Amino acid sequence: MDFPILTTMMLVPLAGAILCLFVGNQGDGAAARGIALASTLATFALGILLWVNYDIGGAQWQFQESYDLFAGFSYALGIDGISLMLIMLSVFLMPICVLASWEAITKRVGEYMAAFLFMEVLMIGTFAAQDLFLFYIFFEAGLIPMYLIIGVWGGDNRIYASYKFFLYTLLGSVLMLVAMFWMTATAGTSDIPTLMEYPFPEGAQTWLWLAFFASFAVKVPMWPFHTWLPDAHVQAPTAGSVILAGVLLKLGGYGFIRFSLPMFPEASADFAWLVFILSMIAVIYTSLVALVQADMKKLIAYSSVAHMAIVTVGLFAFNVQGLEGAMLIMLSHGLVSGALFLCVGVIYDRLHTREIERYGGLSINMPYYAIFFLLFTMASIGLPGTSGFVGEFLSLAGIYQTSSLVALICTTGIILGAAYMLYLYRRVAFGAQKNEDAAAMSDIRPREWAMMVPIAAVVLWMGVYPESFLAPMREDIRVLNAQIADAAPASDAELDAGTPRDGMANAIEHEAEGAH
Amino acid sequence: MDFPASFALIAPELILTASGLLLLLVCAWGGDKMARPVAILAAAALFGAGFMLVPGLHFGTGPDTYAFGTLIKVDSFALFAKALIYLAAIGCLMIAPAFFNSEAAGSEKGLRAEYSVLVLFAVLGMSIMVSAADFITLYLGLELNSLAAYVLASILRQDQRSAEAGLKYFVLGALASGILLYGISLLYGFTGGTDFVSVRTGLEGDLSTGQLFGLIFVMAGLAFKIAAVPFHMWTPDVYEGAPTPVTAFFSTAPKVAAVALTARVVFEVFGGQVLAWQQIVMFAALASIVFGALGAIGQENLKRLLAYSSINNVGFILLGLAVANADGASAMLVYLFIYVVMSLGSFVALLMLRSEDGHLYETFADIRGLATTRPVIAWSLLVLMFSLAGIPPLLGFFSKFVIFKATVEAGLVAFAAIAIAASVIGAFYYIKFVKVMFFDDAVDVVKGKSGNAHWALLILTALIVSPLGYLMTQSLTDLADKAAQSLFVAV
Repeated sequence: MDFPILTTMMLVPLAGAILCLFVGNQGDGAAARGIALASTLATFALGILLWVNYDIGGAQWQFQESYDLFAGFSYALGIDGISLMLIMLSVFLMPICVLASWEAITKRVGEYMAAFLFMEVLMIGTFAAQDLFLFYIFFEAGLIPMYLIIGVWGGDNRIYASYKFFLYTLLGSVLMLVAMFWMTATAGTSDIPTLMEYPFPEGAQTWLWLAFFASFAVKVPMWPFHTWLPDAHVQAPTAGSVILAGVLLKLGGYGFIRFSLPMFPEASADFAWLVFILSMIAVIYTSLVALVQADMKKLIAYSSVAHMAIVTVGLFAFNVQGLEGAMLIMLSHGLVSGALFLCVGVIYDRLHTREIERYGGLSINMPYYAIFFLLFTMASIGLPGTSGFVGEFLSLAGIYQTSSLVALICTTGIILGAAYMLYLYRRVAFGAQKNEDAAAMSDIRPREWAMMVPIAAVVLWMGVYPESFLAPMREDIRVLNAQIADAAPASDAELDAGTPRDGMANAIEHEAEGAH
Repeated sequence: MDFPASFALIAPELILTASGLLLLLVCAWGGDKMARPVAILAAAALFGAGFMLVPGLHFGTGPDTYAFGTLIKVDSFALFAKALIYLAAIGCLMIAPAFFNSEAAGSEKGLRAEYSVLVLFAVLGMSIMVSAADFITLYLGLELNSLAAYVLASILRQDQRSAEAGLKYFVLGALASGILLYGISLLYGFTGGTDFVSVRTGLEGDLSTGQLFGLIFVMAGLAFKIAAVPFHMWTPDVYEGAPTPVTAFFSTAPKVAAVALTARVVFEVFGGQVLAWQQIVMFAALASIVFGALGAIGQENLKRLLAYSSINNVGFILLGLAVANADGASAMLVYLFIYVVMSLGSFVALLMLRSEDGHLYETFADIRGLATTRPVIAWSLLVLMFSLAGIPPLLGFFSKFVIFKATVEAGLVAFAAIAIAASVIGAFYYIKFVKVMFFDDAVDVVKGKSGNAHWALLILTALIVSPLGYLMTQSLTDLADKAAQSLFVAV
């Protein structure tokens, strides 16, 4: 297709953002809301067009565009299946974010919507960039709108949270930039597909891997680099949390799968133990921390760290199941944690508190809300039939082949996940209606139905028929796996296969026929 | 000596000299009521001088770049630096009248006619500095520039802060000139020449102690002029005390001239002794980045903060110098250009923070919540500050991009890693600007109207540092590459 669809997908929200800036707060923000919804929906429509036209099993890189606009790097876009899925996730969540902010944001609506639309441009750009530095620009530029979203429209402690978010992530990624310079100087190009096949010397890989790790580990976030996340999540407005959990955390995982693994396979294998240890600690520790939270958003924020830890072990399992599982968890977690933040947002809009204790018995006065909340809780736990199950199962199956111990410890995360999520659900939705104001809240309204239903549908779709989502990525993951297979660390779970015995499995050896 | 050819090469300087002298006469007879026409004519003279540079920039310089023997060298490097200096000076002339004609100027309300002439002479000095090919020419240009600058710093004679700034600048500047002159005399004594070529020849082989001292003293004197740590102490005081348009001028044009001069001296004179100065420059670069950033953190006064920010930026510029090759020099020039735009834009924005009766606001407390009361100024400042912090997709990132690219490609990976990590400290106070303007509750004191010149410059600089600026990166790097190459042609 000659039509530059990726650029168009970025130009539509960009135009929307600029318009939003100019209309400002006209009509109490109605104009900006309308523009934002229209442009995110248009981008989503373009995204569907992109998916429909994506040729599964065709060329590895599709929809490529390249223009020689800048000095030092080029404007080159293109996607493979992995990028396609993550772009779809972003454009799918954006209209929902706009809806979630419809009534919650009343001040400076134009600037707010502009920040979100800029964010969308940058997210699409990050996943579609085919030039190392173009990727960096999009990756890093996201700091500006997110800093504003947290700082201007956030909660009481927003200033601390926004500073922490900004400086933490910035410090993480500047070292990656130095590594990128070294890579382009050595390989002579900043083209990502070329670099993915370039054999970097093993000694240098160690340093490069660590520099990239510094950036992605903060983004994912991995324990102990996760401390910015609970602050940022709690202080951000609902839609900010949705985008943060839904898409921005996936940038870290995307970075590992696009850069660390294919470009530095040997170093990735050498450092797999580090990733495993940090992930195991994250699964146990952050799950336990989540269990004792009194603030709903904080609880979900910590659960995000635990879930993303299963993504990282899956990525570094060095086999197809692990990689596919990690990708599916990323998609599923993007939807489910986004939806959970929306669920919190729905009741926060009514009662203006995130404290679990202030709610209770919501299933009585808000039955439909309780159903959606239950569905997303179950999906977060990983109940079969929901999207969470597929990814976690694949990912843990993958890691089991590499290290049964890591698999054992990470699987406890599912049990702990069930513990904190069910405990949360029981306190919020079940039990007696101990707070009068909470008992008087009305059930979800049409706008909130419009936010919940699409996510619920996709969560079930992904749980029942994950093939739709796996198919575009299959070939890319196979190629990636073949590329890193040589470096794969030794596995402890592949037992020597014995020789199959003749006859039936339950046959008993008789001493002799006719002895009786 | 071929005089016509020499005069043709220094045509821009001739224009500046002639118009400077003529305008001085106009001032003497016309007095302050001629201030506005003089300012316009001075800007026109700068524009005319700049126009003379265009053919050289576009088509490249001729084979013979030396004028008057070996006194002056008009190569692509000089042309690039001059173009930047003239543009910055025009910008600074544009913003001055509104400031001096308002209450901000205190008891001496009204633009004085000699202001523009002094700017013109300072620019002439800078112009000579960047094309000096002899230590005597260098010193001549430097002093012409400095003397004009001392007067400019204290142009508000009744204002204590302005007078103090001028005096401080003069005393410390004279000290630095002395150090530089001592270094030059040592080099002359130990090499037997003052022109760059013969000093370079004289420095070949192992350096003698006297030569080494000469080199160190020259470097120290130049470090003072560009305000690199540890010779930076005067900057915050002078920047804070001088009238804001003068501060804007100091942080742009003379900075370009001093950096370009330093680059020419280290490459053309000390080019054969890279190891002798590389460590000095590396240290100054890292120290400037770190101390500039740390010093800025506690500041409440915006001008003082921008002074520290300029020290911080000089650190990055010196990184390009420390690389000691043409790529580094080219990166340095690109950085200079972008820095001038950002710096000019920031000071214009400061000049627009005025009360209804024209007083200027200078502290963080005054710009709280500016985003709700004056959104255009606030958003422009946001773009400029994120750009100064080097956050993509703003053009400030590109300036850091070229610098670090050159550093890493030259193999100084660890050095680059330390410097880039230190740049995060700087981000802290740039985002404080944004925090104060966007997150805090509005105080709504900034109510004064600003003139068209201010708006035009603010919007122009904000647009250049916005992602649109990337579209001109190709031509910018081409020009800078050409200019940097000319420093390294066989000397």
